[in-house]
Amino acid sequence: MPVMSYIDAVTLALKEEMERDSKVFVLGEDVGVRGGVFRATVGLYEQFGEDRVLDTPLTESAIVGVAIGAAAYGLRPVAEMQFADFIMPAVNQIISEASKLRYRSNGNWECPLVIRAPYGGGVHGALYHSQSVEKIFTGVPGLKIVMPASPYDVKGLLKAAIRDNDPVLFFEHKRCYRAIKEEVPLEDYTVPIGKAAVKREGTDVTVISYGLTLHYSLEAAKSLEQEGIDVHVLDLRTLVPLDKEAILEATAKTGKVLIIHEDNKTGGFAGEVASVIAEEAFFELDAPIRRLCGPDVPAMPYSPILEKEFMLTPEKIATAIRELAEF
Amino acid sequence: MATDILMPQLGESVTEGTISRWLKQPGDTISKYEPICEVETDKVVAEVPAVVEGVLKEIVVSEGETVEVGTLIARIGEVGQVNSEQEVQMISSPSETKKKEDAVQEKEDSMKHRYSPAVLRLAQEHQIDLAQIKGSGAGGRITRKDVMRVIEQGNSQPEAVSTPDVESPITLHKESKAPERKEENPSIAQRKGTKPSTLALENGDIEVPVTAVRRTIANRMVMSVHEAPHAWLMMEADVTGLVSLRNRLKGEFLQREGVPLSFVPFFIKAVVDSLKEYPQLNSVWANDKIILKKRINISIAVSTEESLFVPVIHDADEKSILGLAKDVHRLAQKARSGKLELSDMQGGTFTVNNTGSFGSIASGPIINHPQAAILSFESIAKRPMVQNDAIAIRDMMNLCMSIDHRILDGYLAGKFLSRVKERLESYHPDVQI
Amino acid sequence: MSELKHTALGLTDDQVLEMYRYMLLARKIDERMWLLNRAGKIPFVISCQGQEGIQVGAAFALDREKDWLCPYYRDLGMVLAFGQTARDNMLSAFAKKEDPNSGGRQMPGHYGDHRYRILSGSSPVTTQVLHAVGIAYAGKLEKKDHVVLTTCGEGSSNQGDWHEACNFAGVHNLPVIFMVENNKYAISVPLTKQVAGGDIAARAKGYGFPGVKVDGNNPLEVYQAVKEAAERARSGQGPTLIEAVSYRLVPHSSDDDDRTYRSSEEVEEARKVDSLVVFKKYLMDHELLTEEKDQEIVAKIMQEINEATEYAEKASYPAPEDLYKHVYA
Repeated sequence: MPVMSYIDAVTLALKEEMERDSKVFVLGEDVGVRGGVFRATVGLYEQFGEDRVLDTPLTESAIVGVAIGAAAYGLRPVAEMQFADFIMPAVNQIISEASKLRYRSNGNWECPLVIRAPYGGGVHGALYHSQSVEKIFTGVPGLKIVMPASPYDVKGLLKAAIRDNDPVLFFEHKRCYRAIKEEVPLEDYTVPIGKAAVKREGTDVTVISYGLTLHYSLEAAKSLEQEGIDVHVLDLRTLVPLDKEAILEATAKTGKVLIIHEDNKTGGFAGEVASVIAEEAFFELDAPIRRLCGPDVPAMPYSPILEKEFMLTPEKIATAIRELAEF
Repeated sequence: MATDILMPQLGESVTEGTISRWLKQPGDTISKYEPICEVETDKVVAEVPAVVEGVLKEIVVSEGETVEVGTLIARIGEVGQVNSEQEVQMISSPSETKKKEDAVQEKEDSMKHRYSPAVLRLAQEHQIDLAQIKGSGAGGRITRKDVMRVIEQGNSQPEAVSTPDVESPITLHKESKAPERKEENPSIAQRKGTKPSTLALENGDIEVPVTAVRRTIANRMVMSVHEAPHAWLMMEADVTGLVSLRNRLKGEFLQREGVPLSFVPFFIKAVVDSLKEYPQLNSVWANDKIILKKRINISIAVSTEESLFVPVIHDADEKSILGLAKDVHRLAQKARSGKLELSDMQGGTFTVNNTGSFGSIASGPIINHPQAAILSFESIAKRPMVQNDAIAIRDMMNLCMSIDHRILDGYLAGKFLSRVKERLESYHPDVQI
Repeated sequence: MSELKHTALGLTDDQVLEMYRYMLLARKIDERMWLLNRAGKIPFVISCQGQEGIQVGAAFALDREKDWLCPYYRDLGMVLAFGQTARDNMLSAFAKKEDPNSGGRQMPGHYGDHRYRILSGSSPVTTQVLHAVGIAYAGKLEKKDHVVLTTCGEGSSNQGDWHEACNFAGVHNLPVIFMVENNKYAISVPLTKQVAGGDIAARAKGYGFPGVKVDGNNPLEVYQAVKEAAERARSGQGPTLIEAVSYRLVPHSSDDDDRTYRSSEEVEEARKVDSLVVFKKYLMDHELLTEEKDQEIVAKIMQEINEATEYAEKASYPAPEDLYKHVYA
């Protein structure tokens, strides 16, 4: 089984699905000849031609709107937002159209669309190349939101997203693209949307996270072993639909929950996870539910000092876990 | 001073780069922004310029090698400069260490009585008295883990847990014989109510340490009196016939059965038969309901010098006077030799108290929580009684009963007690047992 | 309009009478909805009145067996010509479970019907214009020869999505017809305050495809323009922009009062050149229609509408638990 990077897993999933189903096509800015600014679609243009690897005009709303039309027709478009930060012009298409097409037509139409968007900071991308945007969409029923942390899950979940009959926002953490590598089978497999995964068993504190901070959490958990703190780590993988069962199970393991994400705290998805726990696992709780999130500032600044201050790190996470363990 | 040249981040998602070619060799002079090497990444191939002017002192990463962003790849020195000062090592500041120590010392127990939902739930489910647990959390808080530990140990060592439906004098008695277990389990505090007394000692006073058994008896009595509103009633029974009967049988009984025939089996029999008529007396209070128990398990109070044990005769309604006599004897023996087992202590539904054995003629017994009533059989004494308008000498005995007034009222209790009385009075010397 | 004859366009007498019938049906359904609204039976109406000629003329120029529509909320005439019925639209007006557009979820006028390749639409304007481009692109990928017609008002043609759609279709030479139904008002704001230069058709130049402006009160003129655009599209020559000019004869919706922003004289003048008036005259001038026959057609239509109203009024509402259906597959 080859070891591959997170972004290689994206490319492989796209390639396999395009080979499997002629209704799958990708569209976006620079996805064709250039193979994507992050090289996520590299090689696809050569293999599948310009019609199925479509370089679009620089218009995010059109990329999504056109994809919605094609999806309603019966194709399976995979639209790329060059950066999640640039999804904003397409928000009307995503929220007013994609999320509601099935519902507003009483099931007469559907929208099997995937929107891929690289998100997240720590890459010197400054305010407009670093944002986490999931919270804009997590409160919009009709959308599915997938945020994998590892190459294996990237391949399996992206393939599942492409085969899904509902619109899926597939957020890829840029910092993970080349930093995270693992063995990925070359065989066809999918990872079910809506299922979280326990990444580490522990008895002292439960960490619930996704994306880059999931890796930081695992690092923190490793370092805390020496202090005798035994950390349980749950990777949500999918935010919507949310695997509540897994959250409640993970909560019951320790009674102390720390929810971590890079998106800022106020209105962030951790609030939703915390609410689920408070509502449904109150009598499992042994400590206040804690959140460790990006700060409530508009976005991540360019200056390395400010960027570092914004970013979560294994050290910051370890401190938060330790505090909860000692509670 | 040498300047470190690090692998630059060429592209937003790039985490590593490959040196494809060095454009300068050690010893070459370099002007600022002059390219020194070529780096290839997933996204780009780019020439890396020098950030200072000087002489290339050392190439650290050779051509073809791939290293992470931020890795040292070369050093550029000033023209004519030798290796000089190294970076100042960080020394952890002593004041910080001090602060940490202070924090440890400041540890107090402000959180001792702040219970989390999980802790409260577990305590309730496993009937654990949280006051007995020492918290390991911040501010002395009892954590879920602390409780889990007690539960886990409790499963293999039930004596570590005080549970209301386990008559615990004996369990604690056992534990007191195995003090080493307490050390294994530091999270359990000494005992309930271990708050030091503030009473002043006077000359000649002797302090008797409270044993675990005494402590448990104290706690259980407090709990019963605190929770159950006690009501008390007394009746007088003429047991002349019973006394004659026992006198007739006791020698032969001991010889034949090997156990003495006391009055207790007769008391129990009278109680059991009456409980069948009035099941309300064989019940427990369960807050939102009263549970009428199907089984009739009679707790019998057995005293030793320092302790009171209340072992149980299970399914007493299925037993004859002989069977009851044997059970009473067996349990009393076990209690006095400290051999009662957990199963001997559990499941009582009504308590019979033979206070007459130490000469009492009237008592106000405390209910064996969570039962509904307790009945004391007082001393039997010959008294002049009016019988058929004449004075007769009769064997008389008082029956004293306390009831949980939440469950029972005087009327029902009186009916029950009357039936016990009638049964005792119905014995005569010719009855077969 | 005398110079343009239906026979020259390849339309039979029966076809033009059928066009007239659809225009009339749309008008009468619309009028009934206003009555129902004013009687307190339905909460909302949005009208096609004044634009029937554009809608029916355009629909007849397409292949109603394979072409696609991404209409906007006034296109009642168009969806009727593509297959929907008076009953369908009354069910929608009453928000009943059987409403084919949305099962009683959307306001009236939010068409969508898989049976007739009418893509479900929303209320934010011109989102559907991009969907039309997507359907056209899908046809290209799937090697189909369908044409997609998408419409919007002149006010909407200022939206970014409209321009993005025109540009996208222009770049990729897609079989889309962008038709702007210029009824001169975007709710209360007149054309002069909406469209710089006043000429929407001229905008096509910037996107590299033809833009034509036609008299929307003349269904035959619209038919001709759409017919040519469809032929261009089907033969791989790309998109066309059509600006069809008419007039909105009634307020924006049942919640609007147009007397606050335009004069009744202006509306009365427009009524004189209403497509229904103009087309009826054409048919009578060419002896295809008599007053008697017209009354016969109206009577049949009214019967159809009466039955549809009665049916829809009696039909079941969605069940409360239907609220939770169709969020996901």
